[in-house]
Amino acid sequence: MNSTYLKYELLRTVRVRRGFVFSLIFPLVFFYLIAGSNRHVMLGGVSLPTYYLGGMASFGTMAAMISIGGRISGERTYGWNRQLRLTPLTTRDYIWAKVLTGYLTALCTIALLFVAAGTLGVHLQARGVLHMTLLVIVGLIPFAALGILVGHLFTPESMGPVIGGGVSLLAFIGGAWSPFGGDHGFLHDVSQSTPTYWLVQARFTLLGGPGWSATGWLVVAAWTALLGGLAAWAYRRDTSRV
Amino acid sequence: MTITTATRTVAGIRLQSLTKSYGTVRAVDGIDLVVAAGETVALLGPNGAGKSTTIDMVLGLSKPDSGSVHVLGMTPAEAVRQGAIGAMLQTGSPVRNLSVRELITMMGSLYPNPMSVDEVLRLTSTSDIANRRTEKLSGGQTQRVRAAMALVSNPDLLVLDEPTVAMDVEVRREFWTSMREFAAAGKTVVFATHYLEEADSYADRIVLMARGRIVADGPATEIKATVGLHTIRATLPGVPINALTALNGVQSAELRGDAVMLHCTDSDAAIRALLRDFPAASDIEIAGAGLEEAFLLLTGNQTSEELS
Repeated sequence: MNSTYLKYELLRTVRVRRGFVFSLIFPLVFFYLIAGSNRHVMLGGVSLPTYYLGGMASFGTMAAMISIGGRISGERTYGWNRQLRLTPLTTRDYIWAKVLTGYLTALCTIALLFVAAGTLGVHLQARGVLHMTLLVIVGLIPFAALGILVGHLFTPESMGPVIGGGVSLLAFIGGAWSPFGGDHGFLHDVSQSTPTYWLVQARFTLLGGPGWSATGWLVVAAWTALLGGLAAWAYRRDTSRV
Repeated sequence: MTITTATRTVAGIRLQSLTKSYGTVRAVDGIDLVVAAGETVALLGPNGAGKSTTIDMVLGLSKPDSGSVHVLGMTPAEAVRQGAIGAMLQTGSPVRNLSVRELITMMGSLYPNPMSVDEVLRLTSTSDIANRRTEKLSGGQTQRVRAAMALVSNPDLLVLDEPTVAMDVEVRREFWTSMREFAAAGKTVVFATHYLEEADSYADRIVLMARGRIVADGPATEIKATVGLHTIRATLPGVPINALTALNGVQSAELRGDAVMLHCTDSDAAIRALLRDFPAASDIEIAGAGLEEAFLLLTGNQTSEELS
């Protein structure tokens, strides 16, 4: 990986100040609005601040990753991709740099949420925080693929609804806002089969939980394979069409 | 590192029986072309002649339907991988949220033997805007930055697709001055243009394209003489066409109702002869043949009427 290229790619991300700040502030505002005034209420077996730390971490980081698509789509539209294809930069490195910018935003989002959770009395231990962060990093892989996919399928004009709508729907079904589908049954299974569900579940490691079950790893792996395959197809379709 | 001298001995570009269609349109219709290393060649032709399509295939951005492309003895993809090609495309604005210097540094980092950033900025007269963000540049400044992006790789082959389209006269002159300096190091330069003057001033050789084919190929002076025809139009009823083609300096003639049109190799001689033999001629206009018209003369037997 070319470090100079990566450096400027990250710099560009941070410099789109409105977008960057917005993706950091949004989950934080929701977190305080909902959990701030109900900090002793219990939801899904944990305190509301703990629930919403997980919920907003999944909502915010998911949005950060899918937003990769907005950048890819924009660069395709104004011909930047064509220009890059005349350089020795490989596709792999181009995509990698985009994914890393997504992770940069995601990690800033989650760090701010940890700080906010601390102010609402969520008990945070280094071990739990680390464990949750690692699970979130893994849990975001399918969303990185999803970002690459939508970036090659949609124009920048349609990207707003696609990202906004997609993120809201996935967050809702995955239980980021409140448990979806009860404890068992069809809707619960639907919820469990989304990659968002497992992002949300990562919060239990804060309470000393063991992390994902085998089902969790399987779901994340399956979505990674599916969306990764689709992203590769969309990329090839896009570049062969010039 | 400054501009390094190109040392390759293989042809800069070798195209063999190249074709490319879009739907039913034959954009490129069987082109054979060899550009020697170190040559500066203009691809000259009107819009739709197939220049950009040819360039896209040279750069590996699109695949030929048939025929082959070799760039510096390699496939375009291999030449791109080695960083041997620099290109300025018609589309594609520089990426946003970086200063000009940062952008050129970033682009340079992608290549194995880039020029120093300061050298590129000097060469393309962009030093004064080095710290400006790319999204805040004027049209002419953007073109200079795009030229800098093409040069930073220190390429052995430089391809420019109508590079001066958005430039005013002064910027255009500066641009070509820097390209000349670059080409002087033995680089191969190919540029597309639809300005005859531009091709004449800056190319060693002009390849004339029309309707997907190469219709003439040679030194600038030769091509200029070929397309440097003048046309005389006049109203002159009832004249046999033979009498017109027989006039001094006239190469061919057309009748359109009461109007006559004379394609002249020497319009001065022709107008004198016309007025001497046919004093009734009125509404006389003399015009330099547009490229379009010259191409039509070169490429076909069709009359202007059939084509209009």
